[in-house]
Order: sequence, then C-alpha cells, then structure tokens
Amino acid sequence: MSNQKNRVPAVEGWFVADGEAALLGSQCNECSSYFFPKETFFCRNPACRGSEFKEVALSQRGKLWSYTNNNYPPPKPYMAPDPFVPYIVAAVELDKEKMVVLGQVVSGVEIADLKVGMEMQLVLDRLYEDDENEYIVWKWKPVTEGN
Amino acid sequence: MANDVASLGAAMHPWGKWGRNFVEYGVQAANDALDDAGLAWKDIQLIAGGETVRNGYPGFVSGAAFAQALGWTGVPVVSSYGACASGTQALATARAHILAGMCDVALVVGADAAPKGFFAPTGAGNKADPDWLRFHLLGATNPIYFGLWARRRMDLYGATQSDFAKVKVKNSRHGLENPNARYKKEVTEEAILSSALVSDPLHLLDICATSDGGAAIVLSSMEYARKLSTDPVRIRAISTVTPQYPSDVIEMPNFATDSAHSVPSPDTSFRDSIAGNAYEEAGLGPEDMSMAEVYDLSTALELDWYENIGLCKPGEAEKLLNDGDTTIGGRVPVNPSGGLSCFGEAIPAQAIAQVCELTWQIRGQAGARQVEGATAGVTANQGLFGHGSSVIVSK
Repeated sequence: MSNQKNRVPAVEGWFVADGEAALLGSQCNECSSYFFPKETFFCRNPACRGSEFKEVALSQRGKLWSYTNNNYPPPKPYMAPDPFVPYIVAAVELDKEKMVVLGQVVSGVEIADLKVGMEMQLVLDRLYEDDENEYIVWKWKPVTEGN
Repeated sequence: MANDVASLGAAMHPWGKWGRNFVEYGVQAANDALDDAGLAWKDIQLIAGGETVRNGYPGFVSGAAFAQALGWTGVPVVSSYGACASGTQALATARAHILAGMCDVALVVGADAAPKGFFAPTGAGNKADPDWLRFHLLGATNPIYFGLWARRRMDLYGATQSDFAKVKVKNSRHGLENPNARYKKEVTEEAILSSALVSDPLHLLDICATSDGGAAIVLSSMEYARKLSTDPVRIRAISTVTPQYPSDVIEMPNFATDSAHSVPSPDTSFRDSIAGNAYEEAGLGPEDMSMAEVYDLSTALELDWYENIGLCKPGEAEKLLNDGDTTIGGRVPVNPSGGLSCFGEAIPAQAIAQVCELTWQIRGQAGARQVEGATAGVTANQGLFGHGSSVIVSK
C-alpha cells in the first residue's frame, strides 16, 4: 500500500522534503548571487571569487515563463509509469532571485489552463515509487483562488 | 581580410539511417572533399575531427579514427567536442592553426551514427551529472526545452502551430532538391498538424530526427587556395562564444537559469551574441547576408534564430516567414539545404554541413535549390553547456 511506504526525496539536498515545499539553493556570501542547484565551491559570477555560500530556501512562488508537456515516456533514467500518463513541465521565474527554474506540473492541470505570466506555487509530489519507497520531487502548481 | 581562410573543398555523406560505422561516413565525406578541392590525403597537413560521444572510444578520438582509416601520414591531429557545435570547434581549431602559420591546409571531418528516438543521457549513470538528473527528475528530454521556447513565442508574440508547421513545409520543399538530405518528401501543413503531439505545441514533424551522416571541409590559407582556385570561397569569421553571466534563457541540460539578482542580465543575449560576434569579426551585418543556415532543432526554434541572427526584430519572425522572405526566391532564404528538418541531427557533422551548403551556394553549385546571386551567408548553431557556433562564408 502506497501510504505505508517511506517518503524519500528523489534527490538529496535540493529541496525541503517534508512540510512546506521549498527549493534549496545557495547564495554567495560575497556577491549575493543565487544558484540552483546549489554551488558550494565556486561562485559563477565572473567578477566574484567567492567560495563561501549559505544554503537558502528559494521563493516558493513565481511567474510562469513557459510550459510544455511530455506526451510520450521519456527515456530512462526517468522512471515512467506503465501505462504512461502525459505530464506538463513548467519554467517558472522567481521574482526575488531573478532566475527561471524548471519543474513538473502537478497532475490535473491541462496546457489550456496555463498562460505565460501566471502565478505558480511550489508543492511536493510523488515522482515515482518502488516496493519500499515513494520518491518525492518538487512540482509547480498554478495559484488559484483559495490556495 | 587578415582572418580569412578558404573553404577549398566541401562534401557530405548523405544523411540517413545506414547502420554502418560512423568512420565510414567520415572517410567518404573526407575523400569527396579532397576531390572537390583537387587535393590528395597526403597533401593535408592537419586533421581535425568533430567528436561523437555515442560511438565508443573511436568517437572520442575521431580525428585519429579518421586519420587511421585514411592511412597514417604522421600529420598532427585534433579532436574537438562542443556537443552540437563540435563541427565548429573543429573548424575553429583548424583555422587557428592556419592563421598562426602552423599549417597551410587542413581537413575537418565530422560524422555520426545516431541511436533511434529521444537522445538519452550519456555519462554512464553518474548521478551528479546534470544531464542524467534532468532526465531522472524531470524527464526533460530535448523536445521539452524546444517546447518551452516554442510556447513562449506563442504566448508572447501570438505565433501559432500553423506558423511552426509552415517552417517545415518550407524546409521540406528546399530539401527535395538536396541529394544529401535524408527526407526528400514534400510535407503539408495538415500532415504536420495531424502528426503526434510530442511536446505541446510541437508535433513529431516539428522536431528534427537523429541521423547517421558525415561532412567534411578542406580548409586552407588564402595564399594556398589561390594556387588551386582563382576565386576560392572564403570563411570570414568563426564564432565559438560562450554566454555572458547571467545567462537568462533556460537551456539544455540545465534546471535553472543563472540569477540576475546581483548582476543584471547582459544587453545581448547568448543567442544574439553567437552570430553577433561572427558579424563583428567579418565586418559584415545581417543586411549583407544572401542566406542563412540555422539550427532548426524544431520549427519554432528556426523562427527564434531569424531574430537572433538579426534578420528581423523580436516578434517579427512569423511575418518574415509568411511573407516568403526566408523561402528560396525570397529576400534571405533560410535553410536552403532543407536544414535539420530534412537531415536530422548527426551531431559532430551538422555545423560542418552548414558550411558545405554555404560553400556550394556561393560557388553557384546548389542546383535546383540555388539561391540566386548568393554572395554571403551565415550559419548559426549551438551546443549544450554554452557552445556558440556561427560561421560567415562569402565570395
């Protein structure tokens, strides 16, 4: 039964995996540039030699930059369910960090529901499961009245 | 001009799914390019190979794989990788040797044997590799990125799936006349719009295939070329630029763009800078181009390139297409070869193939797909992880 499985992040250290969803990026102590996934050894700003970073939770909301979907199963290492269910992938622009971050969109959303510029919210959802675990990943969800 | 070199010989192995070793495609293209230049293999002073990563060790050391197949002659060898821009990396390396006076004539070869279907990640399952992770966590195939860029055109500029399909219709007509093209069949807008929707808004026929194929260019100093040809075609510029931080367009295989929080986005986007740097080196501008060969991974991406290489302003590409400006016979034909739409990707060969097409066009040897009065052309291409690729070829 899926509700007895352990909830395991599909990748370690990229997001807060329980409680309220948040992507974990890093911010350079020297120049304040943000990075996702985290940089921890070098700052990619060419004018900065910073090498120390703090882990930061990135904005949980942003504006839809663009969106598309997978109507056919992607190749491994994507763990596609059989039968495959098409899903949407969105690129969302975070206002404060001024960066665009990709993520799947939760099920139940159609392409026709989306429009560039829409407000999107980060949530946690299942990526795939095996016999023991349910693997969790971040996803985007349109902000609608009341959520 | 001080930086000019000659495109002295050009040849391609036809694109297709031939099921043979990539080295065979490269060798045939190399020998045909040598014939085209009126040279023999023993005349070549440097061999530069574009690498392929899907054909084992010989692919990684492709320059040596081609040299061994052609017969060892003791010449220096280089093998270059820049993903889809590998061919330009090899051309740029050969040109640098020539301009530095280290050799007079070089052979540049790229060839690939591609797997069927979506490209899957390379790198043997290294779980820290962003290319592995983008498939595992997002299922972000290459068409996902193409779909994102295409949808943005629709929501920002009002582009339609019909506009995208018309790019394919145009290219399919151009490719009909190209003996090296894999797909030589006219495709209707209806057929495109009724093909499978892969990554909305893009249909199967909006997205380029993956192919086997090869291409080769004999590159030489202008002085060397003038001994063999009265009017050699010139390579005026080669751009291999990287993006400037912060690069703010989501690109394969990344999960996120750079952040423009602390440093503002550059005035010129990465894609604008690719041909922009080539124009600057050549001392030419978009208005001087008779044609362009651009990297049409998808139909919608071809429209982006019209703007990125300066043929029109952002948001005007659909008009340029629908006015017929980019069709052979129009003001500035784009992808007179038929483009990747008719060829499919043979990764290390495709940037070299673009230069082959411009060379033939400028010589007036393009047959029924000839661009009348072609005097100059620009190529645009881009490799994963920030490899810009643009070449300007002229009379």
